Amino acid sequence: MKLADLAEELSLKVLTYNEGTSREVSGCYISDMLSDVMANSKKGDIWITIQAHTNILAVANLKNLSGIIVVNGREVDDETLKRAGAEKVTILSSSLSAFEVAGKIYKMIM
Amino acid sequence: MENSCQIIGGDFSRASEVSMQLKRELIALELHEDIVSRACTAAFEAEMNVIIHAAAGWLRYYITPDKLRIVIEDMGPGIKDIELAMKEGYSTAPDWVRKMGWGAGMGLPNIKKNSDEFKIDSVAGEGTSLEIIINLDKNKGDKK
Repeated sequence: MKLADLAEELSLKVLTYNEGTSREVSGCYISDMLSDVMANSKKGDIWITIQAHTNILAVANLKNLSGIIVVNGREVDDETLKRAGAEKVTILSSSLSAFEVAGKIYKMIM
Repeated sequence: MENSCQIIGGDFSRASEVSMQLKRELIALELHEDIVSRACTAAFEAEMNVIIHAAAGWLRYYITPDKLRIVIEDMGPGIKDIELAMKEGYSTAPDWVRKMGWGAGMGLPNIKKNSDEFKIDSVAGEGTSLEIIINLDKNKGDKK
């Protein structure tokens, strides 16, 4: 399913790189440890996390993830928002918890 | 083709610059995306290790038709017990680094997993050097 449809369905706010919402979401990975995401996420996964500093951009870019959902309404660093476009990373935000967001995504794509 | 990039310890804001440059080079060479992903995952973990633990370091890469060789050397504290450092879950990263989501003790194991050949040398008090070799066979990007 397209990231744009997922964002609409879950009422996610697209914070950066709107062009990336045309990407296909093929799976989902949930972790706040960046090396864990580097090791175990797959291309096309949407990544659910509460990390919101600039290093998340590199992880999403290097692993070719479809986007990042920052949950619990956590604020994303200004620097991260500024640099996301150049690194072609779509960051979305949700006030819901990782559990609720993941549950909804699971129903939609599995 | 070869290239050398400096990595400054403690500079989290520039983390991944070196790995991203490598990614652009490998994509330009039209290598299989699995190879690009493995190489950049290993390079990024190595780059982060220098940023987290060392004062400074260098990442050099050498590309020949059949091999990608990445060498990372740092002027860091060195590793006292390499066997322990290679164990998944072991980390000496400080708490503030862990709060950023690093220091899971998965860096070195991830580097090894993504390499076809991996060498690590370290002298406590002097520094650490890693050598990562990835075989470039365009038809077989995936190493399980």
